[in-house]
Amino acid sequence: MLEIRGIHKSYEAQSLLQGISFLVGTGETICLLGPSGSGKSTLLRIIAGLEPPAAGQILWDGNDLASTPPHLRDFGLVFQDYALFPHLDAFDNVAFGLKMKNWKSDEIKTRLAEVLELVNLRGFEHRKVTDLSGGEQQRVALARALAPRPRLLMFDEPLGALDRALREDLLNELRGILHQTQIPAIYVTHDQDEAFTIADRVLLLHDGQIVREGTPADVWSEPNSVWVAQFLGLGNIIEGKIINGKKVETKVGNFSMTCRHKHQVGEKVHLLVRPLEAPNEANQIRGRVVDVVFQQDRFKVALDNNLYFYLKDEPKMRQIFEIKVKLECLR
Amino acid sequence: MKSIFSHRILIWLAPLTFLGVFFFYPFLRILAFGLSFETLKPINLQLAFHVLLFTFYQASLSTLLTLLIGLPSAYLFARFDFHGRSLLRALSTVPFMLPTVVVAAGFNALLGPRGWINLTFMHLFALNSPPIQFVGTLGAILLAHIFYNTTIVIRVVSNALSKLDPKLEQAARSLGANERRVWWNVTLPLLRPSILAASLLVFLFDFTSFGVILLLGGPTFATLEVEIYIQALQMLNLPVAALLAFIQLLCTLAFSIIYTRLSTRVTVQSAPRSTYQHKANTIEEKVFVFAFCVLLFTFFILPMLALPLRSVSRLQADRGQQTQVHYGLTTDYYTELFINRRNTLFYVPPIKAAINSLGYAGATMILSLLLGFPAASALAKPGRLEKILDPILILPLGASAVTLALGFIIAFGRLLILPWLVPLAHTLVALPFVIRTLQPAIASIPDRLRQAATTLGASPFRVWRNVDWPILSRGTLSAATFAFTISLGEFGATLLLARPDYPTIPIAIYNFLSQPGDLNYGQAMAMATLLMALTTAGILFIEKQRLPGMGEF
Repeated sequence: MLEIRGIHKSYEAQSLLQGISFLVGTGETICLLGPSGSGKSTLLRIIAGLEPPAAGQILWDGNDLASTPPHLRDFGLVFQDYALFPHLDAFDNVAFGLKMKNWKSDEIKTRLAEVLELVNLRGFEHRKVTDLSGGEQQRVALARALAPRPRLLMFDEPLGALDRALREDLLNELRGILHQTQIPAIYVTHDQDEAFTIADRVLLLHDGQIVREGTPADVWSEPNSVWVAQFLGLGNIIEGKIINGKKVETKVGNFSMTCRHKHQVGEKVHLLVRPLEAPNEANQIRGRVVDVVFQQDRFKVALDNNLYFYLKDEPKMRQIFEIKVKLECLR
Repeated sequence: MKSIFSHRILIWLAPLTFLGVFFFYPFLRILAFGLSFETLKPINLQLAFHVLLFTFYQASLSTLLTLLIGLPSAYLFARFDFHGRSLLRALSTVPFMLPTVVVAAGFNALLGPRGWINLTFMHLFALNSPPIQFVGTLGAILLAHIFYNTTIVIRVVSNALSKLDPKLEQAARSLGANERRVWWNVTLPLLRPSILAASLLVFLFDFTSFGVILLLGGPTFATLEVEIYIQALQMLNLPVAALLAFIQLLCTLAFSIIYTRLSTRVTVQSAPRSTYQHKANTIEEKVFVFAFCVLLFTFFILPMLALPLRSVSRLQADRGQQTQVHYGLTTDYYTELFINRRNTLFYVPPIKAAINSLGYAGATMILSLLLGFPAASALAKPGRLEKILDPILILPLGASAVTLALGFIIAFGRLLILPWLVPLAHTLVALPFVIRTLQPAIASIPDRLRQAATTLGASPFRVWRNVDWPILSRGTLSAATFAFTISLGEFGATLLLARPDYPTIPIAIYNFLSQPGDLNYGQAMAMATLLMALTTAGILFIEKQRLPGMGEF
């Protein structure tokens, strides 16, 4: 089991990571999700031992890895742009880690057949890696990381350079491989769809800290903070004022609701208005339709109070329109 | 299609005519001269074989020693961040462009019989003769070659090393390779083409080196180049000189072809990654960085410092001046440059040599730009024609200056009384450099820029004026400076072609150095100092203009 304890790191006097702590359990895939520049990749390199942290510890099964050099950590790392060795063919790239462990050549052959089968790359052994397509290169990179049977796998935006369709295919394959091999994995990305597809648990990184942690469903249903709701694009965020324990006043109307955290009367709060109709809710929003955008199975409707909603049926322009909504308090 | 092709021919007309008349025609004459039955006698072939053997020997030895210093230095520049890094890097680029006479004079001022070290020893231990025999030894040649060419290894290899994607090494680390195995299994195989390319280039320069060998080694160390000069000008045996020149051309052509093949491979394997230098952390790293900084700094700076200092110091009595000598600082060597002390018609005062040099350099600059611009703009967007012409244009680069001059002598023997043959030869030497400087600058302007300007209403002239020229002006200035400094310092071709009454600065320095007496020596030092100042200014100017991402050599 991997444990990260209070990792700090700064770059050119700018603080990048400010006390990152989390656990990765056996067979678990966690995903570090955050905007670019949030220090995700740096954290991976610190865990791999390629960069020292300014403070904090990396522990494996309770043992501090500070004095373990990267080549003895047994952590596989898959890079965003693959970092395949251009002077070696696909076979020698994948065999590299095994050769470093001084495996015998027949053992290497057997293992390579297994791994290449796993990533659907049989027959590619003696192709030059520079001649492979992006998806094939990504498979070689994955095979190379898998081959020495690492005790942890790390992925640094592994699908960033691929187009959407290929990305979905590879992501599903990767999900299958991770389940099959039961290797714990840390997956870094800025793409929430990727994160929610692959992760057992998602960690949201913002300003050098983990601001939300949980299963994809938890994070989605309870973002808890304005930043998370905004980053995940969960809906409309409006400002409000607490009138009493059961009422909140906003520019688009007064709503009856209770915030989970104690608020004083008159205090300002942010509310998340989910853009879907919630027929069982008591609160209701009124507005005039100013824009309608067709989006395959639904219509995105913008109102004159700057809120938007998704509807099944196309409304008329300039029509006054009422919708029952779910409201949540954010911090 | 057809009209484009003929338009291209038009562009090529001037450069190709020039090369045809002044390179290929003389080259064919050399062939005819050198490969006749009369020339191919056993005795001549035996001479050629011996000379070739020694040329290979000294070039291999020089290359090996250059790598020995250059490779660690390349590592130093690619991987470490230290105080004075950019200064040392700038300093390391200067020797490569310095004229051979300046380098020879610099080493002479440091280690020669009248140099600082020998005079200091003689003074300290009251010796009558210089204790260190440096000029006239193989060691002097080797040292000067290392001084010249370490830059190439540093440039090419450290460039490749710093372009190497650090993720490759990190990937190897995460796959279980320790630092040593990362080096052997990843870094070194990826660097191999650039190390080979650098070695080959160094070898090529050592192979064709002329001035250093003649000035520091003396005529006893007969390499192909020196022997061509001796046969042509001292033995007046043009056929043997032509035979040697033919062998020389064949060798350099072979090296150039291999080099061009290699250097295309060099560019393929490097990833477009930014550099990553770090401060020395461990004790080993700190010792390495410190030791190599000191070594490189002293190695590069000492000859270049010894020269100007020697030019303002009177350390020995001149001939016939035994009674009264004022040791110490003096400007005499500089003022003497303007005086015709011997009062003879045959003596040309050094100031006239300077005027000749500047005139030649100006003519070379204008001519090589006029010829280089059309060639470079055609090469920047290569078509089928350019693919054929490209290697033809590098050919003169492979031919040494002495060979070019020999071709002139054989082809235009009767015209040698004309002083303007010299700038023509200089243009041949400078043209490949000018083209190689202009070409990437022209190629760096994407057509989209011009198209954008056109759609915004710019006429073809205004497109050129407002888009092309602002981007090209820096490259053009560099190319002009290149041509100017090359001509100023050119020694080999000038020595064969210049008339005695039209010497250039390098020739005057050579003459002063080969004459006895402290005053002559001092004047050589003074002129070499002036030449060094001029070229160094030129080099630093070119370095400042260097476009990011421009080719190294």
